[in-house]
Amino acid sequence: MSNDADLATLTQFVYEEARLIDEKRFEEWYELFTDDGYYWMPLTRGQPDGDNHTSLLYEDKLLLRVRIDRLRNPHSFSQQPPSFCQHVLQAPQLESANRDGAGWVMRTPFVYLESQLDTQQVLAGISRLHVVQLDGRLRIRLKKVELLNCDAALPCIQLFP
Amino acid sequence: MSYRDQPEAIRALVREDAVHRDVYLSQELFDLEMERLWRNTWIYVGHDSQVPNIGDFYSTEIARQPLIMLRDESGKVRVLMNRCAHKGARLVSAMHGQCENRLLRCPYHGWTYRLDGSIRTIPMKSGYEGTALADSPNSRGIVNLPHVENYRGFVFARLSESGPGFREYFGESLTSIDNMVERAPEGRLEVAGGVLRFMHDCNWKMFIENLNDTMHPMVAHESAAGTAKKLWADKPEGTPKPMAIEQFLPFVNGYSFFDQMGVHIYENGHSYTGVNFSIHSAYSAIGEYESLMEKTYGAERARAILGEVRHNTVYYPSLTIKGAIQSIRVVRPLGPQQTLIESWTFRLAGAPAQLLRRTVMYTRLINAPTSVVGHDDRHCYRAIQEGLAAEGNDWVSLHRNWTERERTQLAGNYNGTSEVSMRGQYRAWQQFMAPDTRP
Repeated sequence: MSNDADLATLTQFVYEEARLIDEKRFEEWYELFTDDGYYWMPLTRGQPDGDNHTSLLYEDKLLLRVRIDRLRNPHSFSQQPPSFCQHVLQAPQLESANRDGAGWVMRTPFVYLESQLDTQQVLAGISRLHVVQLDGRLRIRLKKVELLNCDAALPCIQLFP
Repeated sequence: MSYRDQPEAIRALVREDAVHRDVYLSQELFDLEMERLWRNTWIYVGHDSQVPNIGDFYSTEIARQPLIMLRDESGKVRVLMNRCAHKGARLVSAMHGQCENRLLRCPYHGWTYRLDGSIRTIPMKSGYEGTALADSPNSRGIVNLPHVENYRGFVFARLSESGPGFREYFGESLTSIDNMVERAPEGRLEVAGGVLRFMHDCNWKMFIENLNDTMHPMVAHESAAGTAKKLWADKPEGTPKPMAIEQFLPFVNGYSFFDQMGVHIYENGHSYTGVNFSIHSAYSAIGEYESLMEKTYGAERARAILGEVRHNTVYYPSLTIKGAIQSIRVVRPLGPQQTLIESWTFRLAGAPAQLLRRTVMYTRLINAPTSVVGHDDRHCYRAIQEGLAAEGNDWVSLHRNWTERERTQLAGNYNGTSEVSMRGQYRAWQQFMAPDTRP
C-alpha cells in the first residue's frame, strides 16, 4: 500500500477494527495500536484532554493490556457470565488527511450493544480513528469515542465501545 | 409484616454482630430509611466551589427531595427546595448553572424569586387581589432548608426540624475533611475534573459498607490489580512504576497489610481505614509539592499533614472521602436495589497540576462505570442482592473481630480487617430508624 491509503482501504480498516472487538479477537485488536496509542472515551462533550479531566476511558497500551489480560483471568467475576458486544457502524467518513505522515482521521457514527445474559444496553456515539501507516501497515494512534450520553449515570460498560 | 408502626421489629433487624437481610431487600424499609435515617442525619449536598459566584446554582436530590444549592447575594451558600411556590414546578433542571439576572424564574408561569427564595414578581399580580394568597404558604416563596452547614467547603444539610447538631453528629470525624483541605498549600479545595456518575443495581448500604471492608480487595480485585501486578512482575528492581501501576498494585496487598492498616471508629456510623498507613502511602513524591506545603505550614506541620494518609472515611450515610488523593464519592439511594454513586475530584489550591492528574487517573481507574475494579465490586454487590433472596438463613454475618468492648466503648482504633465499621453503621441505622425509647 502506498503512503496514500485510499478511502476504500481506510474504510475497510475501520470496519475491521470494530469486527475484531465484536469477535473478541483482542490480541489482534491490541496490535492495531501504535506503541504510543491511546483509546479515549471522554466524560464530557468537547473535553480538551484526558489528563486533567476524568474520562470514561483513557487507556494507553499498558492499561489496554491489563484490561485484555483480565478478561482471560478465571477470577474476573464480573465476566461470569461473559459479556458480548456488537458495533453497528454508519459508513465511515474521511475527516482529515495529511500526506506528511500524520495520517488520517476516520469519523464513524455508531450504535453499540453490550449484552450479558439477560441484560443488554445500547450506546451510541461518534468514533474517530486517528490512523497512521507504520511499516506498511495501518495502525491506530488514537481511538476517540464520544458517547452520545457521556454525562449520563451509566451502568457497567465492560467491553470496548 | 409492616415495619412502619413497629419500632421493635425494626430494632430486631440489627444484632450486635449480624443484620437481617430485609435491610437490603425491603421496599418499606427503604422508604423508612428515606423518611428517617436520611432526614434526621446530616447529608452531603455538594461543595461550595461548585457555586463560586453569586447566583451560581447546583441542583441535586437528597432523600427524594429536589434541592438547589446556590450562592446568595451575601455570598453565602444556601440550600433551597427546587420547587416553585405556585404550582410546584421544579425551578432549575440543569445540574449546574447561573441564575439569570440573579433571579430564579419558574419555567411554567414566570414567577421569579430572589436568591434568598423570596418572591420578587408574579405576572399579572392583580389577579391575586382579594384572594387569600398572601396568607398562604405559597406567598412565602421557596422553602429554605434551615439546617445547612458549610464545613470548609463541604455543604451538608439536615432535612428534619429536629435532630443532632452538625458537630454533635460528626464529631472528630471532621478531621478527615480537615486533612484533605490542609493538603492544599493555599488551604482550599476546588471541584475539578468532572463527575463520574455510576449507576449501581444494588442497595446503597452494600456500597457504603464496602468502603471500609478490607477483606475483599485481594479477592474481588485479584483479576484487575493482580493482572497489573503480573504485568509488572518481570521488571527489574527499581524501574519507576507508571502511576497506573502504582495505583493498582496495593489492591492486591496481603491480609496483613490491610489488617495493620487499622480502622478508626466514631459514633453515628462514621469511620476511616488507614490509621497507620494505607494503599495511598507509597505513591511517588510529586515535584515541588512538598516544598510548597512546607512554605505554608512549616516543615513539621507539613510532614504531619502529608503523613496522615487515611484510606476511606465514611461520613455515614451519604459521603465517603479519600483525603490522601482528594476525591469523594457521594451516595444517592434511588430504591432498595438502585443507587447512584457520584465520584468527584478536587484541585488542591496552590498545588502542582500533577496532583489533579493523579486523582483524575485514580477515579477513572477505580470509580468509573468502565473501571475493572468497579466491575468486580458491582458484581459482588449484585451477587449479594440476588443471593440474599435465599431463604433458610436470614442473617448477614458481621462477626469478624467482634469484642465485648464495643458494647460500652465503640469509638477508637481497631485492627483493619475487623467488621467493626459495619457494626457501627448498623448501630447508627438502628438508632435513627427506631430510636430506643425504653426508659
